[in-house]
Amino acid sequence: MTSTAHKEPVAVVGIGQTKHVAARRDVSLAGLVREAARRALDDAELTWADIDAVVIGKAPDFFEGVMMPELYLADALGAVGKPMLRVHTAGSVGGSTALVASNLIAGRVHGTVLTLAFEKQSESNAMWGLSLPIPFQQPLLAGAGGFFAPHVRAYMRRTGAPDTVGSLVAYKDRRNALKNPYAHLHEHDITLEKVQSAPMLWDPIRYSETCPSSDGACAMILTDRAGAARAPRPPAWLHGGAMRSEPTLFAGKDFVSPQAGKDCAADVYRQAGIADPRREIDAVEMYVPFSWYEPMWLENLGFAAEGEGWKLTESGVTELDGDLPVNMSGGVLSTNPIGASGMIRFAEAALQVRGQAGEHQVDGARKVLGHAYGGGAQFFSMWLVGAEPPTS
Amino acid sequence: MRPPIRDIAVVAFAQSDHRRTTDEVSEVEMLMPVLHQVLDATGLRTSDIGFTCSGSSDYLAGRAFSFTMALDGVGAWPPISESHVEMDGAWALYEAWTKLLTGEADTALVYSYGKSSPGSVRDVLTRQLDPYYVAPLWPDSVALAALQAQALVDAGETDEKALAGVAARSRTAAATNAHAQLRGPGVPQGDYVVQPLRTGDCPPVGDGAAAVILAAGDRARELCERPAWIRGIDHRIEAHSLGVRDLTDSPSTRLAAEHAGAFERPVDTAELHAPFTSQEVVLRKALRLGDDVDVNPSGGALAANPVMAAGLIRIGEAAARIHRGEARRALAHATSGPCLQQNLVAVLEASEGSEGATR
Repeated sequence: MTSTAHKEPVAVVGIGQTKHVAARRDVSLAGLVREAARRALDDAELTWADIDAVVIGKAPDFFEGVMMPELYLADALGAVGKPMLRVHTAGSVGGSTALVASNLIAGRVHGTVLTLAFEKQSESNAMWGLSLPIPFQQPLLAGAGGFFAPHVRAYMRRTGAPDTVGSLVAYKDRRNALKNPYAHLHEHDITLEKVQSAPMLWDPIRYSETCPSSDGACAMILTDRAGAARAPRPPAWLHGGAMRSEPTLFAGKDFVSPQAGKDCAADVYRQAGIADPRREIDAVEMYVPFSWYEPMWLENLGFAAEGEGWKLTESGVTELDGDLPVNMSGGVLSTNPIGASGMIRFAEAALQVRGQAGEHQVDGARKVLGHAYGGGAQFFSMWLVGAEPPTS
Repeated sequence: MRPPIRDIAVVAFAQSDHRRTTDEVSEVEMLMPVLHQVLDATGLRTSDIGFTCSGSSDYLAGRAFSFTMALDGVGAWPPISESHVEMDGAWALYEAWTKLLTGEADTALVYSYGKSSPGSVRDVLTRQLDPYYVAPLWPDSVALAALQAQALVDAGETDEKALAGVAARSRTAAATNAHAQLRGPGVPQGDYVVQPLRTGDCPPVGDGAAAVILAAGDRARELCERPAWIRGIDHRIEAHSLGVRDLTDSPSTRLAAEHAGAFERPVDTAELHAPFTSQEVVLRKALRLGDDVDVNPSGGALAANPVMAAGLIRIGEAAARIHRGEARRALAHATSGPCLQQNLVAVLEASEGSEGATR
């Protein structure tokens, strides 16, 4: 029997991001992460001395060519003399990192923790980093897009979704990004026609329906109840968080709607007391690196019945002013520092319930889901944050 | 660190035989028997485990996302609650420990593995260094350890004869460790690799895997006759640049030990992750270990040093001695980074009232 009655409530009291761009040639890796951490501390009105531990995450070390970079980054993140953990769970890592940090508080090991995720893709080449040939294993020669395109095609066949749905998502997310000063892609002249006439990369995924390669970092300050009481701005409260994993490849795997994603969402909803996610959750920051993953995840996360996700997207429900806004920040489609992308989803969810999301704020957002996935759609991490402290 | 709010113990430990090369098996194949062994020891199956966490390094494997293949070996179906640190498995154990503290799980499987044989681990580890100013010079791990050893000699903390004594003692102890790679009293101290370190002062290069099962409270008592209770565990990091550190000392080890409660009562056993003889000198001082403490009865990292697993093995070896009734209060230590940059200390104890208990 598990017992969670003694868990300390966890609050997000500081959030910092860098302006995400294709190449931050003006800063080192250390400079990049320090910038995000500094902004998170400023938001929480705390100093480095207030931080008890640092939990850092990023995607593969090959993306920058630095093995276990937490060792080199210890000084830049004020971690000297403190505990420092490095999480790596592929594309879901930004979310997992925040959850590992939250456990340090929930388990009453520490009072205030800095968590940060980053990627400086310009230091290397992600396509190359994912394509190293290894004996007995199929290399991912076409990068992530080549791996995921067949699963998008399977979704279209299975649900009968018209082939225009993906472009609607891309058009929406890129317009949302115009309201987010930290977003990488600011395409002021974007039109639906431009998205639909973009070159086909991995059929059915067009160039404008794919994520960019970004340099960027995202940081959060997590704290306990006492820390939240001292916070200068409204905290976001953690109501539920979970990770789930399943194998990469096996005959029974459903790549369109992986069981690990369903189980992860169900665990989060159980913790948060959510019976009907479509009615009780106000907005979602969802990991959508290729546009079609919005309708796919709407189903996987329980916001739509199987085969119906594309109808929510098509009807405008997921627009910024819709009934269930998705990726108000512009999402991964507009900003993708891979290792940080999951944490940005979690942080943007927290910004929404704190009422601090600026131009892309959803009015009255009280409960928002942050979602991340990684590997061959096999690693999932999610959290649900609320404007009020959890009751149980 | 505050006192843990839940009693958590190491209830099972398994490791592979550590070998210079394992060309004939993949990482998953190397890991699988260890996972089966540790599960069999408790009678648990993958589906019974509340949380799983692993430690490994893509740079050793030579490919991105290398840990995903290892997860396939765990049998993660139906889907499991799982995470991974790109660190030694000792830190995966720390993450699992915090997860059990939250009460969201009662049992955890922790594993780690590393194959150093496919490349030159001395060169690979240079990629851990400051990528702009230091890594381009390719200073290898033995050269950096030699700087530390020379600093100790210069400070009068040790000499080459004493270091040779550490090497001989470790490998003699390893004679009774069937998993060790370099075993028995006959291992020669050899020539200089990088002065003042000789072959005997350096760890063997090898491949290996390890796994541990943690359990909380009554679950631990059900699964193990003599659980090794984690009385405290903490880890600390130091500055990266060697130029700003006193290489003859390890303040992060001392701090971690304080927070883990290591100094509250004496320990009878210590498993130290000291890949180089000179590092044992530094750690003994930081941890205030007297001659009455049995240090590295397994032979330590000088007998087998599978990178990314060697730290977890220290915790496992310390726990196994408690399981067998050979130790009552043991300290386990893991390290990461050049010249002991990051250090973890765990204090393990036999149960109150059980055979061999001190409390």
